[in-house]
Amino acid sequence: MIGRILKVAAVATAAIAAAPATAEPLIWGIDVEQLEYRARDGNDVFAWEAKALVGTDELKFVLRSEAEREIADSAFEKLETQARLQVPISTFFDAVAGVRVDTPDGPDRVFGVVGVHGLAPQWFEVDADLFVSDRPIFRLEAEYEALLTNRLILTPSLEFDLPLREDRPADRGAFGPKVEVGARLSYDLVDRSIAPYVGVHYERTFGESADILREEGKSRHAVFAVAGVRLMF
Amino acid sequence: MTNASRNLRRSVLAAAAIALLPISVDAGEYRLNVDRVTVDAGGFKRTGIGYNGASPGPVLRFKEGEDVTIHVTNNLSEPTSVHWHGLILPFEQDGVPGVSFPGIAPGETFTYRFPIVQAGTYWYHSHSMFQEPDGAYGAIVIEPKGREPYRYDRDYVVQLTDAHPHAGHRIMRNLKLMPDYYNRQQRTVFDFFKDSDKMGTDAAVADRLAWGEMRMTPTDIEDLQGFTPLINGKGPDANWTGLFKPGERVRLRFINSSAMSYFDIRIPGLKMTVVQADGNDVQPVSVDEFRIAVAETYDVIVRPTDDKAYTIFAESLGRTAFGRATLAPKEGMTADVPAMREPPLLTMADMGMAHGEHAGMDHGAPTQGQAPSHTMPDGTVMQGASHAGMDHSAHGAPAKPSTHTMPDGTVMQGASHAGMDHSAHGAPAKPSTHTMPGGTVMQGTSHAGMDHSGHGAAPAGDPFYAAGSGLTPKAANGGKFLSYADLKAQKPLYEDRDATREIELRLTGNMERYIWSINGIKHADAEPIRLVYGERVRFKFINETMMTHPMHLHGMWLILDTGSGKWDPVKHVISVAPGTTVYMETEVDAPGKWVFHCHLAYHMDAGMFRNVIVEGGPAKKAADLGVPAQETVR
Repeated sequence: MIGRILKVAAVATAAIAAAPATAEPLIWGIDVEQLEYRARDGNDVFAWEAKALVGTDELKFVLRSEAEREIADSAFEKLETQARLQVPISTFFDAVAGVRVDTPDGPDRVFGVVGVHGLAPQWFEVDADLFVSDRPIFRLEAEYEALLTNRLILTPSLEFDLPLREDRPADRGAFGPKVEVGARLSYDLVDRSIAPYVGVHYERTFGESADILREEGKSRHAVFAVAGVRLMF
Repeated sequence: MTNASRNLRRSVLAAAAIALLPISVDAGEYRLNVDRVTVDAGGFKRTGIGYNGASPGPVLRFKEGEDVTIHVTNNLSEPTSVHWHGLILPFEQDGVPGVSFPGIAPGETFTYRFPIVQAGTYWYHSHSMFQEPDGAYGAIVIEPKGREPYRYDRDYVVQLTDAHPHAGHRIMRNLKLMPDYYNRQQRTVFDFFKDSDKMGTDAAVADRLAWGEMRMTPTDIEDLQGFTPLINGKGPDANWTGLFKPGERVRLRFINSSAMSYFDIRIPGLKMTVVQADGNDVQPVSVDEFRIAVAETYDVIVRPTDDKAYTIFAESLGRTAFGRATLAPKEGMTADVPAMREPPLLTMADMGMAHGEHAGMDHGAPTQGQAPSHTMPDGTVMQGASHAGMDHSAHGAPAKPSTHTMPDGTVMQGASHAGMDHSAHGAPAKPSTHTMPGGTVMQGTSHAGMDHSGHGAAPAGDPFYAAGSGLTPKAANGGKFLSYADLKAQKPLYEDRDATREIELRLTGNMERYIWSINGIKHADAEPIRLVYGERVRFKFINETMMTHPMHLHGMWLILDTGSGKWDPVKHVISVAPGTTVYMETEVDAPGKWVFHCHLAYHMDAGMFRNVIVEGGPAKKAADLGVPAQETVR
């Protein structure tokens, strides 16, 4: 009996020790690209853009969160959560599929997500997503890192949001795009883990979306001075 | 013949046979405990892994002909293993978990037993997870049975390592998330303005666009920066010192046990005579400087005659850090520490993009006894089998369009012939023809790294770098820099014969995803390389990546084709520079399960790795390829 137990134990330890010849570990990470305060007289906003990922070379699960909270109204103008699966389709690009759930202080929305994510020539990090529902939205995001020094980095960014059908409660008119342009100057304080930054953020709404905002007496464009920190670990 | 006389004769023979046996067989017993240790790099301290309480572990001194017994006790909370790097031994003793044996579980002791059948400088290290980058390595020095063909009065192990403040698993994760995480030498906006001033705005823009199109960077020479080079476990300030008496010959056994870093090594004021590479004696070469790839060893002899100190200076290939040690007549004496040179930049030649970079050009395998001939533009006909060291840079510098007439009459023109495969017009063992710009016809089989500089080109560089490569080494004092082409075996290990088969292995990778592979397939998805006992295999390595890969075969030797025929050097690690093709041959004389991999720790774990199976062999030598033998002592 004791012999058998020892034998089982020996087999078990052998199995634990039998590691593969190479150790491809699980890939995981948390990247808070923006965690910032956007200042504009009387209409300050607290915002973040973050993602957590886990997976392998072949399949990654990415959780994304984007939010904009109006300080004065104590209200989330935007609160968007995406659960995305990423699969490589080329050297530099992944195909994306998932769901997006919007839960701001306003109407909730649920979308399916199909898109691509990757690195375009000349080092542009690109996301192109189609958010599928009866009120679909197309979104293109691009970002570039210009190295002033190897630690002082200027990151211009562009977001182009195009509603394909009207969604009046959410302030979206058909084909009335919202454009966000930013430039953030960051300094890598600790490795690439902690990088405080300052910058500007500009957003403007066009077309029917702008008309809706005008009717409701909301502003169609805004410029913010921003200060925040990028976290990556 | 009577029965009696036959019996008598038999017993006489038996007595003679017994008399011929060695009187005593050396048998040494050794112990290694795998421990958590503190690695002190000077600038930082961290917990790492070592042997018998230290990193590096103890120097193991064996004797050729000795039967060694090594008890390895795992004091970690994770499995471990010890691989005897460069040693020829039965595969069950090779120490690769999952291939040679199951590994050593926490708390277990595994006993390695194997005969020492060689001499020279080697090393040992863990082959489990990221224990090696975390400090699990040590040196092996094997005293030869016979006399060595060189003399020295004292010898020192000089073991280089690249201690990093981050643990191995964290480095791997960061590289997977962001491949340039550790690259703090990237070109900046200001570098662009500088380049604009130097080469003109158009050229600077074109250069940036060319690299941007590929989404690669010319500064990508070291994947991992931020390390501190240690020599025998000591940082540059701790300054390891080896003592000598002026006039003595000192043998330095350089071992590069770094995870990721190549070093250019010099001792200002001293010539170094290279006498051994990867444990095998080479015909002595006097050099001012040499480059040591990850996992290689070089033994050099120096003879300091003055009563003063000398600095051993080891600059990393990317010039981001240096290791420093001292040779001195007295403890405490130091010499000047030179400044590091400017970091190199990769060129389009390193990308395999520039035409005219034909170092290691593939015209097919050399064929013994069939002398190729080369007709030069001036009508000269070159003949001979050995053209190692030739450089084609003459016919087509990157910025100068060249014309190339192919055998089928096609004329190629232009500066960029990316990925051109010359093997098309030169199947192994079949002479090929090459029409040069001047209408010259080249014919022949072995053109590895030819130097045509005779007809108006830049001076020939090292044939083991792409012509025009940013990595081509140059000695700091303008003197002699060791090339693989200089390495000639002191005594050939094997009879020189034609390879029975060629295996093409393209070194490939996806930088952005930090996936490294061979023939586009990473280890996890790959079939093993199957070899048959008794064959001589010719490996053709084509480096399609922009990184330099030190390729290491376990269990069998790599005979590097430098064009020196039977004097080709015998190694266990061969570095393949970007944009080059390098040939090496292996006499398949060790049955069993082995591995062949890039020795850069994070390339290996990211998939640039192959299992190798050697089938067949004589009855006594043939390996049991079933369950790996296991021997575990509590």
